[in-house]
Amino acid sequence: MTRVYVPRDSSALALGADAIAEAIEREAAARGASIELVRNGSRGLLYLEPLVEVQTAEGRVGYANVEADDVGALFDAGFLQGGQHARSVGLVEQIPYLRKQQRLTFARIGITDPLSTDDYVAHGGLEGLRNALKMAGADVCEALVESGLRGRGGAAFPAGIKWRTVANAQADQKYIVCNADEGDSGTFSDRLVMESDPYVLIEGMTIAGIAVGATVGHIYVRSEYPHSIAALEEAIQRARAAGWLGDDVLGSGKRFELFVARGAGAYVCGEETALLESLEGKRGIVRAKPPLPALAGLYGKPTVINNVITLATVPIIFAKGAAFYKDFGMGRSRGTLPFQLAGNIARGGLVELAFGVTLRELMFDYGGGTASGRPARAVQVGGPLGTYLPESQWDIPMDYEAYAAVGAVVGHGGLVVHDDTSNLAELAQYAMEFCTLESCGKCTPCRIGSTRGVEVIAKIRKGDMSEKQVTLLRDLCDTMVSGSLCAMGGMTPYPVISALDHFPEDFGLEPATQPAAAA
Amino acid sequence: MEETAVSAPDDLVRRHAQPGRTLLAILHAIQDETGFVPPATVVPLAKALNLSRAEVHGVITYYHHFRTAPPAPVTVQLCRAEACRSMGSEALAQHVEAHTGCRFGQHGHDAEHPHAHVGPVALESVYCLGQCALSPAMMINGTLHAKVTPQKFDKLFAAAMTAVARAEEAA
Repeated sequence: MTRVYVPRDSSALALGADAIAEAIEREAAARGASIELVRNGSRGLLYLEPLVEVQTAEGRVGYANVEADDVGALFDAGFLQGGQHARSVGLVEQIPYLRKQQRLTFARIGITDPLSTDDYVAHGGLEGLRNALKMAGADVCEALVESGLRGRGGAAFPAGIKWRTVANAQADQKYIVCNADEGDSGTFSDRLVMESDPYVLIEGMTIAGIAVGATVGHIYVRSEYPHSIAALEEAIQRARAAGWLGDDVLGSGKRFELFVARGAGAYVCGEETALLESLEGKRGIVRAKPPLPALAGLYGKPTVINNVITLATVPIIFAKGAAFYKDFGMGRSRGTLPFQLAGNIARGGLVELAFGVTLRELMFDYGGGTASGRPARAVQVGGPLGTYLPESQWDIPMDYEAYAAVGAVVGHGGLVVHDDTSNLAELAQYAMEFCTLESCGKCTPCRIGSTRGVEVIAKIRKGDMSEKQVTLLRDLCDTMVSGSLCAMGGMTPYPVISALDHFPEDFGLEPATQPAAAA
Repeated sequence: MEETAVSAPDDLVRRHAQPGRTLLAILHAIQDETGFVPPATVVPLAKALNLSRAEVHGVITYYHHFRTAPPAPVTVQLCRAEACRSMGSEALAQHVEAHTGCRFGQHGHDAEHPHAHVGPVALESVYCLGQCALSPAMMINGTLHAKVTPQKFDKLFAAAMTAVARAEEAA
């Protein structure tokens, strides 16, 4: 019996993985070969998808970019014994792109069947939860503070301090909410967790519940991720059946219940207070802060709201200890970040590394340069609200503070590469357009500022009184940054101003005459 | 083509407005069943949840996901966000428009024709399908496709149109 792996995550599916799995089963039956087909998660080496793997005595051998039509030839080449074929990539764990990574949060992805509880436990799952159950809630919060883990959704607020605030709040009901509204272009790490290792998120949320005294958790997933929703729902059901969730978590006598809620295509619901409104079934309109969600969150109750990666990182911290995790990283950016190499990049995928790596290393050592083969020109880091970084900034270490020092944001570690055919003025205008489409409308700088922003950039691009329009645009951006309620309006100027500062020629302006104003 | 028979609005609401479900969750359940949220459900929803009609209407129209008219038999949703742009999604959008003879509305929120489509095909812009390392990405009738080239689109589109024609014959 040979074990064959065909991923089931949506990237592999979008490239025909189901047809490949069917073809392999059909061909094996026709040839009388005995196989066990496992639908594993993705390894995160998305440029190799669909990546079919075969278990051999030496390890798992990979066949990359497989198409259903290749399956016959793969059998002819003896792929069940790891035979050579044009699609061969050798032992998967020896591929430098994977071998050189520091996989902590993503230790299991691609290795296991994402929905198998046995696989999860066999690969270190539940160790963190078992350890946390032996600790007092307050100690769990303090250990998290000690680990240095900061919110991975973009704002980088220390997770342990948020937990401590909720733990100290007095209420008859508290909640854990997972922000899985991963709407930023260039990001897919949340999706990979949900589709390729959903139990790690369930475990992390359960630890959060125990730490702060919350008995109910909600995972708010965007509707654009149907595969993630299906995987989570199935995983929650199985976790409940296994006694990991419910009235008696792992026999501890503690209660924790988990539910999945679907978003409905509103980008701003990734903002935590808009998300809470949406979770309550209302329009996803941003709330004014204070009060903080930690004190008055879901239905006005104290609520821990963390991003998927933050919560999915909690189990390894409690499995290996805060000191272990804290050992990775630099400065005040501790641990690892799953960088997402996206856009015009030859080898796109997930690269989990300690903070401190540079954009250049990620783009070239891992990413292999652009997909188009043309020179890379600008990289947008941290999603649609992050700045465009020109080549002069590609050697800054990935660290929250080092990035903030140049007005950029690490955010969730998504990076979108653009080659030299890109027009940054067009992208700046698009950033404003996107804000007009997705603004919740509550505050004026965002709602009206974005519309004015589109108009002003269009005028600059047409050469219509450009100097005056540029002054106007900078003034408008300043108002949006200072006057918006949330990051939607407050950070839309980041890509706009960075494009204007670093690529004025795309706006039809003289490169030298621009002041290097910080965003 | 005849519109699919839809349960009476009252019946839809009665079945889906279960205690403990939020309005958003109920709207999802209704759209999952019928393909859209019939405007006639607004009044029974408001009654069932003790909300004003304006509040219900506000939620339906706030979210891009909800439609108030049946979807086109072939609905193409192309990602127009940054990562896909860096890999030529705008050129692909032009190709898709030329090939299908349709125009992109803004995800069913076209100001002139909200949720409307002409003929069997609708083109919608969406913003991120989570396939940013495999751009450009699109969904055709809910099925995800990555690394879409104009040639690949033509094939996928032809297959979708054939499937619709076959389903109509069968009906």
